[in-house]
Amino acid sequence: MSDTTEGQVHGAPDPGAQGLGGPGPGEQGHGGEPAGAAVPVATPVSIGSPQFAVAARHPRRAEGVAAFAFLVALCGFAGFGAAYWQDANNYLLGISLGVAFAAFGFGLVTWGKYLMPRGPFEEPRPQMATTERERAEFVGDFATRGKIAIERRGALGKLMGAAGAVLGVVTLFPLVRSLGPKPDSSMYHTKWRKGARLTSIDNRPVKVDDIEVGGVITVFPENDVGGALSQTVLIRVQATGNVVTGPGKETWGPDGYVAYSKVCTHAGCPVGLYQELTQQLLCPCHQSLFDVETGATPVFGPAPRPLPQLPLYVDAKGYLRAQAGFDEPIGPGFWYRGGSNGSPQ
Amino acid sequence: MIEKLFGWVDDRVALSRSGRHLLNKIFPDHWSFMIGEIALYSFIVLLLTGVFLTLYFVPSGSDVVYHGVYAPLKGQTVSEAFNSTVNLSFQVRGGLLMRQMHHWAANIFVGSIVVHMLRVFFTGAFRRPREANWMIGTTLLILAIFNGFLGYSLPDDLISGTGIRIAFSITESIPFVGTYLGFFLFGGQYPGTAIIPRFFILHVLVLPLIIIGLLAGHLGMLIKHKHAQFRGRGARDDNVVGSPLWPTYAAKAGGFFFLTTGVTALLGAAVQINPIWQYGQYYAYKVSYAVQPDWYMGWLDGALRVMPSWEIHLPGHMVPNVFFPAVLLPGVTFNLIYAWPFIEARLTGDRAEHHLLERPRDQPLRTAIGAAVFAFYFVLFGASATDVLANYLSLSLNFVLWSFRVLCIVVPLIVFPVAYKICVELQSTKGAGQRKRHNVIVRSAEGGYATVSTPEYPGYIQPELDPVPLDHVDLVSAMAADGDEQAEGVYRIPREYR
Repeated sequence: MSDTTEGQVHGAPDPGAQGLGGPGPGEQGHGGEPAGAAVPVATPVSIGSPQFAVAARHPRRAEGVAAFAFLVALCGFAGFGAAYWQDANNYLLGISLGVAFAAFGFGLVTWGKYLMPRGPFEEPRPQMATTERERAEFVGDFATRGKIAIERRGALGKLMGAAGAVLGVVTLFPLVRSLGPKPDSSMYHTKWRKGARLTSIDNRPVKVDDIEVGGVITVFPENDVGGALSQTVLIRVQATGNVVTGPGKETWGPDGYVAYSKVCTHAGCPVGLYQELTQQLLCPCHQSLFDVETGATPVFGPAPRPLPQLPLYVDAKGYLRAQAGFDEPIGPGFWYRGGSNGSPQ
Repeated sequence: MIEKLFGWVDDRVALSRSGRHLLNKIFPDHWSFMIGEIALYSFIVLLLTGVFLTLYFVPSGSDVVYHGVYAPLKGQTVSEAFNSTVNLSFQVRGGLLMRQMHHWAANIFVGSIVVHMLRVFFTGAFRRPREANWMIGTTLLILAIFNGFLGYSLPDDLISGTGIRIAFSITESIPFVGTYLGFFLFGGQYPGTAIIPRFFILHVLVLPLIIIGLLAGHLGMLIKHKHAQFRGRGARDDNVVGSPLWPTYAAKAGGFFFLTTGVTALLGAAVQINPIWQYGQYYAYKVSYAVQPDWYMGWLDGALRVMPSWEIHLPGHMVPNVFFPAVLLPGVTFNLIYAWPFIEARLTGDRAEHHLLERPRDQPLRTAIGAAVFAFYFVLFGASATDVLANYLSLSLNFVLWSFRVLCIVVPLIVFPVAYKICVELQSTKGAGQRKRHNVIVRSAEGGYATVSTPEYPGYIQPELDPVPLDHVDLVSAMAADGDEQAEGVYRIPREYR
């Protein structure tokens, strides 16, 4: 990197930098120096000039401060070693290490800021833009030699390109393709099926008298307990009678129960909080509110669609079961989800 | 001995030929140039503490029963990732310190990149020839945010797990390819089993390598261009004024690295961060209150919250709600940042090389645009705390959310003219922003009055000096050949100053 810098400094034709960028007498014969480059006349700067004086008004005092800082650092590092050896707690370990590092840094900065040449110094800066001539030379070299080497071998170039293209295709398929399966029917259907028993996280099927009015529980189909997509929130809204949340859903909420997908239709968080007083479900991630009595329609926040409702029935033994799976894809939207009711393609 | 070794190396790689220019490289002295240094140094802290963490972290989502020392978790089924993170916090010597330092350093890393970027923006340091370096820096910001997200997702705790779920939803919201991307990234439908090991290798190898590569390019270009500098005594477009790398800047910058490390260690010691044992293991059906991501994701979280509940429905297809705040907004944001140097060049018609920095007031329009845009993202950042604010201020969630929806439009509209006006006023105020000096008027024996120049600081005796070139102080070095017996350091400093 510094080699480049050197070339830049001395190689650039920069008449603006008069008396600044010229190599001193000790630099003659450096490699990379263009022969015959205009060397501005250097005004030698005496080492005794005030720029080389230290910055501090009271160097002794600054030296004392730096010395004290290094002493603190020394003790701190030793303390850290002792603390680590003795398996001390996090406070002792971290504070000894932190104080030591900070003191070490403070000492070094004090040294640099107050006890070193105060400057200011300068160096020349070449313009980045090259000259017409430099560019012409470069392009000339590139094009003439390139013409002989490449242009006359057009077929070779095309073959090489074809080989590279094949590599590109192979990278996409099968390499990238094998990272995971294609999106499948799991985008549209959960593991809820007709007759699936509502099962709690501790693997107990839920019976109709398990939950008091106002009670809420997360349920899964018995073959997917804990499933991220089939998680469903079961709420007992009232003691008896069907809960009717909309037309065509007259039988979906038997004995005061309703069940909704627990996956938020906004960004997929579990809709975890239930307010009995207002009959609302709240998603704690982005505060979408769903009205339980009207079919979990979103009433506040960014959620765009209701939580899909799971149709329920109570079997002869009193167990709660699903009449069918959800009638639309659960959770947040995706490109292939289809229209507003989200039927699969 | 050292001289012999140096000679041996020098004969083989010509160290002294290129090395001297490096020693003499000039760094301008201005506090705002240290912000980017903080980013660099916290990245080094990240690498060092991160290597420590990989020695103990197990990147696996498989179930194990927790048998560690933290009593409330005993007997619970957790993932190996969660288990090993808790264990390295409580049962590995210095483990908690390293983990907390790592997390703090990540927050400092992204924070200092953002502030560094603001400095570069408001001083016009992105102008030609530095447009490409501005774009590299923007890429580094994006990668830093991504890697931060991947990193805090690894412990598989309840809060980060919820974040991964949201990330899947955002991925699948992208038109055409979203579901495919999600399935390929997660190895299948959410939650899959592959995500922890995949995030791990991206977090510890792939992204850090890209960051290191871009960082090398960023710094390499900085050396090529040399630092931009503020106007001041002797500073011109065709020079750099300041302190040389050796020894002044090496001491200052080296010291600053240790200061940054020290502050990170103190934070890691005394300020708890991400106590995952309090959140517990992530389960897809569990969630907790006040779910907030790390600060640098806050603007995205806030955007998700204030977005109205709109979606676009097409025949057979749809564009989901989260696409707008979480894909479109960041896409537009970062593309505008990438394009800004070129947009500004077109607006102003100024396509010349610039190495002298501007003060924010020098370009009222740029400053006003920058301030208004930043205010917009700052309001979004605030909006990521709607639930906490509503709870804390005892306001309704409805009111807080609508306030933020209004604020994110109104605040930028107010900030823009105010910033513009302040810039214009400052421009017309003589001496604004400069240190006030004594105004000493003396009366001469003849009865005339005259002002005398006074020092920058009261009682400060050293005069302001003009910059001198270093290249001309040639042979006074440790390898002095001019027969000067007193040459013992790089610079021979007169006795009275030592």
